[in-house]
Amino acid sequence: MTASDSPAARSRRDPAARSPWRQPLALVGAAFIVLWVLVALLAPLLAPQGPLDQLSPKLLEPSAQHLFGTDELGRDVLSRVIYGSQVSLPLAFLLVAFAAVIGSVVGGIAGFFGGWVDGALMRLADLVFAFPGIILAMAVAAALGPQLRNAVLAVVVVSWPSYARLVRGLVLSARNSEYVVASRLLGSSAVRTMLVDLRPNIAGPVLVMAALDVGNAVLLLSGLSFLGLGAQPPAAEWGAMVAAGAANFDRWWVGLFPGLCILTVVLAFNFVGDTLRDALDPRTARAIRG
Amino acid sequence: MGALLEVEDLTVWLATRRGPRMAVDGLSFQVGSGEIFGIAGESGSGKTMTAMALLGLLPHAARTSGKAVFEGRDLLSMSARQLRAVRGRRIAMVSQDPSTSLHPMLSIETQLTEHMRHHLGLGRSEARGRAVELLATVRIPDPEQALGAHAAQFSGGMRQRIAIAVALACEPRLLLADEPTTALDVTVQAGILRLLHRLRAERELAVVVITHDLGVLSAVADRICVMYGGRTAEVGPRENVLTRPRHPYTRGLLDALPHPEGGAAALRPIPGSPPSLGEVPEGCPFHPRCGYAVPDCRTERPAPVLVEPGHASACPPDPLGGIA
Amino acid sequence: MSALLEASGVSVDYHRRGAPALRAVDGADLSLARGEILGLVGESGCGKSTLGRAVVGLLPAAGRIRFDGHPIVPLGRRRRAPGMRGLQMVFQDPYASLNPRRWVGDQVGDGYLLGGASRREALRRAGELLERVGLPADAARRYPHEFSGGQRQRIAIARTLAAEPSCIVADEPISALDASAQASVANLLVDLVRELDMGMVFISHDLSVVRQIADRTAVMYLGRVVEAGPTQELWSSPAHPYTRALISAVPRADGAGVLPVELPGDVPDPARPPSGCRFHPRCPLARPECSRDDPPLVVLRDGRSAACVLQNAGEPARPLADSTTHIGKDAT
Repeated sequence: MTASDSPAARSRRDPAARSPWRQPLALVGAAFIVLWVLVALLAPLLAPQGPLDQLSPKLLEPSAQHLFGTDELGRDVLSRVIYGSQVSLPLAFLLVAFAAVIGSVVGGIAGFFGGWVDGALMRLADLVFAFPGIILAMAVAAALGPQLRNAVLAVVVVSWPSYARLVRGLVLSARNSEYVVASRLLGSSAVRTMLVDLRPNIAGPVLVMAALDVGNAVLLLSGLSFLGLGAQPPAAEWGAMVAAGAANFDRWWVGLFPGLCILTVVLAFNFVGDTLRDALDPRTARAIRG
Repeated sequence: MGALLEVEDLTVWLATRRGPRMAVDGLSFQVGSGEIFGIAGESGSGKTMTAMALLGLLPHAARTSGKAVFEGRDLLSMSARQLRAVRGRRIAMVSQDPSTSLHPMLSIETQLTEHMRHHLGLGRSEARGRAVELLATVRIPDPEQALGAHAAQFSGGMRQRIAIAVALACEPRLLLADEPTTALDVTVQAGILRLLHRLRAERELAVVVITHDLGVLSAVADRICVMYGGRTAEVGPRENVLTRPRHPYTRGLLDALPHPEGGAAALRPIPGSPPSLGEVPEGCPFHPRCGYAVPDCRTERPAPVLVEPGHASACPPDPLGGIA
Repeated sequence: MSALLEASGVSVDYHRRGAPALRAVDGADLSLARGEILGLVGESGCGKSTLGRAVVGLLPAAGRIRFDGHPIVPLGRRRRAPGMRGLQMVFQDPYASLNPRRWVGDQVGDGYLLGGASRREALRRAGELLERVGLPADAARRYPHEFSGGQRQRIAIARTLAAEPSCIVADEPISALDASAQASVANLLVDLVRELDMGMVFISHDLSVVRQIADRTAVMYLGRVVEAGPTQELWSSPAHPYTRALISAVPRADGAGVLPVELPGDVPDPARPPSGCRFHPRCPLARPECSRDDPPLVVLRDGRSAACVLQNAGEPARPLADSTTHIGKDAT
């Protein structure tokens, strides 16, 4: 008899419902994301030089003139790092959105209809799961040809199954819930039930997974570029820049700064995603609200 | 009959995010040896928190004041270690859902003998013998075989009987039963109520039965305390409280029950719903739902006063006083 | 009078992996007229909820189930036939039967929306329905968690009303509620049935509530209906020993301190029902032939029926011999 039978706390306006945002890590993460979005939007204003301008001597150490030094072609590393955010961030968002939509539709169909439909779709997902993500992405990217666009496609191909699994699980558990049954009894069709009754329950967890996944996507994209399967020179892409840094490993600034960019973006999305998960999960949210 | 348990001015504050909130507010009652005492109330009345306070099982950060003297010692001022020695050994508990109070993976024998060996220092075979006796006492068919079985192999009613056997393992003087039959069918409930009634007679066991079902208390309780909003609304002998209720809340609860002789008369619900934790109104907690409320009820917080020997009601206007 | 809802010889099997199918309902009969409340009672596991779900088409069932003269089609992947919308269900747990993430008004309005109303119209009429079931006008723009259990059950009832049903199957609609909320929700259901001339199957383990509100009562035991008839007669002179056992197990809040009568033994495993009459191992009046012969549900006089060798078809219900005594509480 722990559940009180009186009107529950109005959690919408309840300060405690927002309390996860008081967690410092979430704040740090959110601050970094905002910062990176601003940098990407304002890159032309912030960057001292163009990303491809070869105006300076090669491989200069960081100095007042070149805060992050220059690379092997005499380009300003700071400027390239700043313009790099225009490549990685939008692509990461885009491909996560694609993966989430494709995965959700596949998972929703599999979960709702069950039977052989479910079997076929989920075996396909298992097939993708059976390979380590980066290896499969490398194979896809290599097969399609080393291009940034193909690298994005490759990452979408390896990312959608986790959404499909998540959504299928959510649909399966909600499909037989009484409110879905009640809605079907009122004459709701399968599609309407999915869109109206199940979507709100699925949106939260998918959002959490997507937030966590943006970091992964940045990492995978950079990884492919690092391996030469993604962005091609002279494009200012963080992964490719890290690769250049690896070639000039005795000049630490060439690889370190783009590497730090990847690190901060990945960490920031992980922090925010974790917090979102806690806030949206009814169980932990209830625990937080007492 | 000397009181085995004497609760005086028990107050329980639970920690909520808006600060401490009173779940039990100045509750006093006594339970004599061999007595079945019933605590009735709706959810949020504080009845479960009362039991938890007596067992020292309140949630973290809860605070209590007042006294709960059991066998001459105050349970509320005991250390955790002292409480552990009392709990299970002198005071035992039976909860609503036997499928969660029994361990699913341990055999019935282990669960029954564990406490005996730990609290009473019995040897293995001795404890086993006692366990068989206990299962026979609670009328489990074929106790020897039941010892080796697991909880899932029994029906709900049988599980509750086993849970009672586990509670009785160390011969406690007091059994706290929180909604012991709520999850059971009426036919099975009847058996459990008979069992509690018999145990009291055979073992001089005091039983506190906590329930929302006045029918259950009518069957087994000697005295009944009706709680509302963490406070006593009415307390007294079973027959007086149920046939001559003096508090409008008790009256309302009885009226909300289906009429014993059936008929076309509609059920008469109490308007409104019980207050939740921290939202107990000023004055008499029941006044917003009470058909007899007078202006004083909004401001005065009434304490139970005797209306006849042994029967107290916390309703000074006493609108039901004439109905007898 | 033609029946609004009629079920005959209904059986429901649960197929389990690695075990024989479990027959939860075994040839049960029911009939319900417009404006009538049929109470369906029995111990847990007797199949009353399964039967209730089968008649609205939530479970595939063998036998004949007809609603308004049309056979019931089990709910599958396809959308439910519009003619079946008149048959609705109210569930036990008002916390599970409402979508926690949708506005109450939207959920109640679904029935109108799916019936062809515009969104605006649906919302407006949902507001009216919410007021009809006793909720404040602003309830439509709130989420289910802002309401108490009793209020939620009112919302769930309003949602079914939006489909303008002629028949409601209510599966333990009040057992998850507080005492005072139980009474008010039961009253609401009764009022609605009378006012809208609907039929209602009221499934409950609480016999005293069924006695109070049902016009007729059907008692189930191990997947069978063992007795059915007008509530008052069934209650005052039960024709089946199981009915009598159920009734005498109900404690009364009369302060008399009478212990309810216990029905010894447990409900047997439905996968392995006893031979002959399924109740014979627990029956205080069992005769030798009861372990051999399985008595059918026979129609007695006065609209009653029972499945017991002690009763003869076409005759009035015979009173049962007294074999158990109410044991009064000794003075202690």
